[in-house]
Amino acid sequence: MNLWLIPIFPFLGFLINGLFGRRFPKQLVNVVAVGSVLLSFLWVVKTISGLGAMETAYIERYFTWIQSGTFNVGVDFAVDRLTAIVLLVVTGVGLLIHTYAIGYMAHEGGYYRFFAYLNLFMFFMLILVLASNFLLLFVGWEGVGLCSYLLVGFYFTEKFATDAGNKAFIVNRIGDFGFTLAMFLIVKHFGSLDFGKVFTQAADPANSAVPFVAICMLLLLGATGKSAQIPLYVWLPDAMAGPTPVSALIHAATMVTAGVYMIARSSVLFTHAPVAMDWVAAIGMATAFFAATIGMAQTDIKKVFAYSTVSQLGYMFAGVGVGAFSAGVFHLMTHAFFKALLFLGAGSVIHALSGEQDLRQMGGLAKKIPITCITLFCGGVAIAGLPFTSGAASKDLILEAAYARSPILYWIGLITAFMTAFYVFRALFLAFFGKYRGDKHPHEAPFVMWAPLAVLALLSLAGGFLSVPHWLEPMFPEKEMNVGPLITYLPFAAGFLGIALAYLFYVAKPSLSESAKNSMGWLYNLIYHKYFIDEAYNFAVVNPLIQGSRSVLWRGMDAGLIDGIVNGVGRRSRGIGNILKLLQSGSIRNYAAWVVFGSVILLIAIGLSGGPR
Amino acid sequence: MNQLNFVISIPLVGFLIALMLPKSRIQAIRVFALGISLLVFVASLGLIKPFQYGVGYAFETNIPWIATPPIHYHVAIDGLSLWLVILTTLLTPICVLISWNYIDKRQKEFYAFLLLLEFGLIGVFCALDLFLFYVFWEIALVPMYFLIGIWGYSRRIYAAVKFFLYTMAASVLMLGAIIYLYNRSGTFDYPTILAMLQSGKMVLSSAESLWLFLAFFLAFAVKVPLFPLHTWLPDAHVEAPTAGSVMLASVMLKMGTYGLLRFCLPLFPATARTCASWIIPLAIIGIIYGALVAMVQPNMKKLVAYSSVSHLGFVVLGIFSFTQNGLDGAVYQMLNHGVSTGALFMLVGFLYERRHSLEIADYGGVATPAPNLAKVFMIVMLASIGLPTLNNFVGEYLVLQGASLANFEWAVFAAIGVILSAVYMLWLYQRAFLGKADEELAHHMYDLKAREYFAIVPLIVLMVWMGTFTQSFLQPISATNARILGPIDAKKGVQVKFEQHLSASAQEPSHAR
Repeated sequence: MNLWLIPIFPFLGFLINGLFGRRFPKQLVNVVAVGSVLLSFLWVVKTISGLGAMETAYIERYFTWIQSGTFNVGVDFAVDRLTAIVLLVVTGVGLLIHTYAIGYMAHEGGYYRFFAYLNLFMFFMLILVLASNFLLLFVGWEGVGLCSYLLVGFYFTEKFATDAGNKAFIVNRIGDFGFTLAMFLIVKHFGSLDFGKVFTQAADPANSAVPFVAICMLLLLGATGKSAQIPLYVWLPDAMAGPTPVSALIHAATMVTAGVYMIARSSVLFTHAPVAMDWVAAIGMATAFFAATIGMAQTDIKKVFAYSTVSQLGYMFAGVGVGAFSAGVFHLMTHAFFKALLFLGAGSVIHALSGEQDLRQMGGLAKKIPITCITLFCGGVAIAGLPFTSGAASKDLILEAAYARSPILYWIGLITAFMTAFYVFRALFLAFFGKYRGDKHPHEAPFVMWAPLAVLALLSLAGGFLSVPHWLEPMFPEKEMNVGPLITYLPFAAGFLGIALAYLFYVAKPSLSESAKNSMGWLYNLIYHKYFIDEAYNFAVVNPLIQGSRSVLWRGMDAGLIDGIVNGVGRRSRGIGNILKLLQSGSIRNYAAWVVFGSVILLIAIGLSGGPR
Repeated sequence: MNQLNFVISIPLVGFLIALMLPKSRIQAIRVFALGISLLVFVASLGLIKPFQYGVGYAFETNIPWIATPPIHYHVAIDGLSLWLVILTTLLTPICVLISWNYIDKRQKEFYAFLLLLEFGLIGVFCALDLFLFYVFWEIALVPMYFLIGIWGYSRRIYAAVKFFLYTMAASVLMLGAIIYLYNRSGTFDYPTILAMLQSGKMVLSSAESLWLFLAFFLAFAVKVPLFPLHTWLPDAHVEAPTAGSVMLASVMLKMGTYGLLRFCLPLFPATARTCASWIIPLAIIGIIYGALVAMVQPNMKKLVAYSSVSHLGFVVLGIFSFTQNGLDGAVYQMLNHGVSTGALFMLVGFLYERRHSLEIADYGGVATPAPNLAKVFMIVMLASIGLPTLNNFVGEYLVLQGASLANFEWAVFAAIGVILSAVYMLWLYQRAFLGKADEELAHHMYDLKAREYFAIVPLIVLMVWMGTFTQSFLQPISATNARILGPIDAKKGVQVKFEQHLSASAQEPSHAR
């Protein structure tokens, strides 16, 4: 099937644009960048249709990467039903976003560089998805992190952008620390990192002594980094410093869902570690709720959607955490549709307003950019989970499974659903309704930008009818759930209620939102400042580390203590040094003579000491 | 005369010829040095061939040099030394290239010393006679002392003397140990001594082993450098000219780790195992400490120097984990560090040639006037912080995995170093290359020139090659390490079996693949 072709197309695109793109006209850069992703997408479609039912994983082995003792890692790709879905999402949504970026980036500097990075991202993301062992998955995992760093810091003359890039990379490194340690434990207990071998052995009851909980908790740490969950979510909101197509592709639709994918991929391990599963669910639901509260008070349209992404990723974690792996993956897909749409739509708004991102400077845009407005509202109803939309289909499955595991999870998820509908529509109403409050001249996006919006709008509305859980049934058997109609329909009510409240606050009676804000000033302030978590991390971790390294380790230990001793010894021996100075004439011939002389002395000493016994 | 002797002797011949060249013919001297070092490099590539089929020692030569006491010219290479020799021969012509304009006084002596340094370093990695090893060890020391002392920056004398005293003091101890071994065994020949020890013909008491081990270990640990013996390194690096820093970091530090693997482990396996209980904590402290101190350095060269302390900590950790993965990773990491840190020092040198400052604060926004320099630095930085698909990742991963198999806590602490490496390097990159370039900088900065490309591109190709097609390098290393580890494990094996017998629940990890 030549699976390697799937990632290699974007990689070639990266090489061509990266090496020669500076001299290319923009059209050629476009053809290379979008064309390579298109080829990749077509090859995915061909592969999947060629593989048919995929009862078992289809594996291709290329070459041995590392062989050390009995430890062996190969560059091997595999496709199964889970991979197939994620491949389609990555290349499909990726293609749409690449196309959109042609329009969005048209007036930006570093055009070829942007597309080269974007293609490189596709390459690593596809490696991540296709990998058939943990280490190769980790290659993609780190690689997408790199591209995220490069693209977040794309406007590299701006300090806030490069700060955000560093933060993204370093926080992810903390997660990767956990991932790496998990791999060590897996090697220790299974002797391999190959998915097939590890999962077969894990399913064997003879291996019940393996510390599954430790392995899964470490994997979870890795996932919280990449997928921006508590406690490592802090990098994602800052990552919005990157160009908007990047936010859509990397920080909404694909890369950040890698943690969910990884947990679903390792479901065999996680099902052996119920404690770890509970942690996944708890962290997921807590993040969903927590991020949603912050989302309600943000004034930057991208920040609203960023916290919304964190929140929705929390739902996915909650889904896989309660054992509804297929629901989690389903939400991964529908979220890719509607969140990519929301970001691209927001990008279209920002584009129309020549870079304005503040909701307070918008308003009344519905008439000026109608296509953007309509498509964005399609995304809005999907994320709010109104009936028959894609968001409803996947979110309700997660909530039902959560209810079956623990009603508390369900109720938190329900409140979150209400808040989600509220903050998304708050943003949409502020942008599109009422009077225009800014001073720019809004213009509708060009065709290359609104066409992807339209496709994504369609997918957001109708994507729920793709029966992903059914397709994944052989991998993740569905449990029978009898939760009653009330539990099933309450999320719809929550969605409608949230939208209604947002309408009341921001369209019907705007004064209400002001008085609500004033009456709960401290709470609003706390949320507006994101609970001061960044400040707390700086205070508790970053600053002590830097100050301690500087004053205690470097100045105190290194320059003070150790060198103090060394120089003390040096001073004592200066007397000897003065004598030695006579020997240091600086001439190489003299020096060589001294080496020979010294050696001769030594040999004589050996002889005198008795020679060989 | 076999290929190896050719590779060893040509730099010496080159050194002698260089001394005879007229001082004023600077261009001729440079071209000569480049030609000779390229010749050695090409010749050294011929050494790879036998290792494709897996051999022990290859290209062995053993001829008497001095009759009494019996010192032999005994040289050979195996999978451990092969790549270190090639690393040396690759970096020497590169060092000639980067010194081309940078060295503006006493060129003749400079290039002569560079060739002498190459001679000493190759010799160290090939010598199998202990006395010959010591001679090469000292020969390598001398030219480096002068490279720092003559062509260095303002505090060069302090740094050179510190460097010399540190290493000299330690290597005298090693010499004592070598002579002691000679007195016990009657020979300087390393394979013979090893065979005597392993067959039980010669038995060292545990006290003897301990003192001999410590003498060797100290000499090597200073060179590595292992915390807390590292403080000569930042000074030496900061003051050394670029080529000196490159050779120092890339090859000379490996003399220490090479010595540990070649001599300390095989000669004193039991003692080494016992001492691992305090060596490994020092290695781990070095990893974290080096990274933290690197993080707060205002001087670029010092930053890279401290990062070396951190990286070399990984190598020591791998060696003293006594696992196949750990040893393989350690040797691989020696090469990786040679390639990527060598490249880092070169790039810092390029920056210095433009802006004439090593202070990070004097930079900022280099990426705008010199985009390709910034891109190259980015790749080298990514290699250095262990991004998969580039070389360092493989070494670091194997070392950590080896450590985790021996003791999981070691891996936990050491892996913190991987996080910190990203912190200090990304922060350096941000402050030096990103942001807006001020006028002063824009005035001085220009992009990479052809000569600089010739110097840096081979290393970048290697980074990718070693990171992805690892097996082309790792195979001979792994085979040699298995031979080093074999006898050590055989001794331990008895004990392991006994322990397994005792604990019924002990599970044999299954090595399926």
